[in-house]
Amino acid sequence: MKIVVARGVRLLVLVAFALFFFAPIVWLLLAPTKSDQALVTHSPFSFGSFHNLARAWDNLDSFSSHIFRKWIENSLIYATAATAIVLVTAIPAGYGLAIGKFPGRRLLLTLTLIVMVMPAAALVLPIFLELNALHLLGGMMSVILPFSFYPFGVYVAYIYYSTALPTELLEAARLDGCGEWATFRHIAVPLAKPVIALVMFFSFVADWTNFFLPYAVLGDSKQYPIQVGLSDLLSSTPSFNPAVGGGGQSVNIFRPELALAAVIAVIPIALLFMVSQRALVRGLVGGAVKA
Amino acid sequence: MSSARSRVTHKRGPRRAQGLTFVLPYLPLLLLFGLIPMGYALKLAFTNDKGHWVGFRNFTKTFSDYRFKPAFEHILVYTTVWLAGLVIFVVGLALLLHGRASRTSSTFRFLFYLPGALAGASSVLLWLFMLDPAVSPGAFLLHHVLGSDLFVKSIAPGKLPYIFAMIAFWTGAGGWIVVMYGAMNTIPAELEEAARIDGAGALTIALRLKLPLIRKWIAYMLILSFATGTQLFVEPQLVNEASLGMVPDTWSSNQLAYQVAFRYGDFNGAAAISVDLLVIGLAAAVLVVTRSGLFRKDE
Repeated sequence: MKIVVARGVRLLVLVAFALFFFAPIVWLLLAPTKSDQALVTHSPFSFGSFHNLARAWDNLDSFSSHIFRKWIENSLIYATAATAIVLVTAIPAGYGLAIGKFPGRRLLLTLTLIVMVMPAAALVLPIFLELNALHLLGGMMSVILPFSFYPFGVYVAYIYYSTALPTELLEAARLDGCGEWATFRHIAVPLAKPVIALVMFFSFVADWTNFFLPYAVLGDSKQYPIQVGLSDLLSSTPSFNPAVGGGGQSVNIFRPELALAAVIAVIPIALLFMVSQRALVRGLVGGAVKA
Repeated sequence: MSSARSRVTHKRGPRRAQGLTFVLPYLPLLLLFGLIPMGYALKLAFTNDKGHWVGFRNFTKTFSDYRFKPAFEHILVYTTVWLAGLVIFVVGLALLLHGRASRTSSTFRFLFYLPGALAGASSVLLWLFMLDPAVSPGAFLLHHVLGSDLFVKSIAPGKLPYIFAMIAFWTGAGGWIVVMYGAMNTIPAELEEAARIDGAGALTIALRLKLPLIRKWIAYMLILSFATGTQLFVEPQLVNEASLGMVPDTWSSNQLAYQVAFRYGDFNGAAAISVDLLVIGLAAAVLVVTRSGLFRKDE
């Protein structure tokens, strides 16, 4: 009896938290299918119609001459370009730190670790001040290059190569006449595919969701990534900003449009989550505990 | 024979240098976006706009700004609430999940982890809706727990630290639950078995065996979250935009630093505040890296 009660309570707590984590997402997915009026009057978890969804998209898309598409495109460019640079710099760096024995290796490793553990936001204003002094603010590169510095990627690659890479394999490759570069290219890279995927995932997500850095370094709203664009959109919504002219009629951005914008902003990440869920949950644990 | 040996020794030299070659492309990034910005912020914080040394004057000046103390108080309350929530619920949920049938457990872990996909501005937007009694599915909770029947009442200043803590918990807790769960998986099964044979119940095993063994990870989570919490920016920034200025745009310390730089063009003052925050982040990072033993630095 006691066991049954305990199990019931345990399940109840888990379900309650599952609701807390999951119900808002369901609400958000349903919101764009309803009119602004229906959001208030209908049941929160009811489905409206695809017609409403299409209208919400039309309104969102015509906001400020298709700037929403531009924001998504910018985010894709920033996150993809930065992640590409992360892969070609961080993976070799982790490999070099693992197999190399050059002076300063330990110092480099410690510095990488410290910057990795430090909250990224702490560096945003210092980076802003630096770019300002160099007159480099405002361009695409002022977002992509800071994003490309990803010490976590270096550390993960280092851990992998220093624990899981059989040294005999490297020796064998060298004996077969492989140069250092060829060894890396033909042995080390193919072996580390899961690790490379992990770094790619985390780097892309970190860049896609970053708000503060692009907010600080970009001035022109046409260059905004979607995260900063959402805040622009928010200040145009009369539901949260009654001061917006004409009750929002002039821009046609109401709650359903705003909800749709939030949903679209998440789709790339959600897809990545779904695809890599298994590998991720395992990798997160493996990577974390191996240390 | 001797020529073979000389070839081997000859080869070892460049191989050592090669390790360095692989690191070279990463070095400029570490310097430009890691070390130099820190050094530059430090330099700005101790000089004036003409580049003359002014000692701690920028620090005392920003400290006496009427917005400085409230901003740090806000993030202190926010961080405290958030950390308390993390310890109780992350550890509690991970313990509840550990030891369940693996399929149920992985479904729950995935559900808890999912909001992580909404990190950034999307989660804040979503929670602005959740806090608006007109549309929120939790309107009765807002009414009975927060006592708010209007959106502006939900984001009343006194409630903000709690609300930001809840948003941060909603997006981040799942990731930590996965980490804690993983840490518990490293506990040898025999240990648990032995405890069970000795008559320990599930609760005793959770509290007496599992909890002490993941203590290090809990400390790691707390220190990291503390450092991250002090950097709060996007949540208050968006709420400021949605509140008609009722919530100041200098609510958190990072916002204040940003405004000092952008609105007043006082880069030295902004640098001083960001050095304050940098010191907190750096101290936490050094503590975790050097003391926790969680990170492998060398063979």
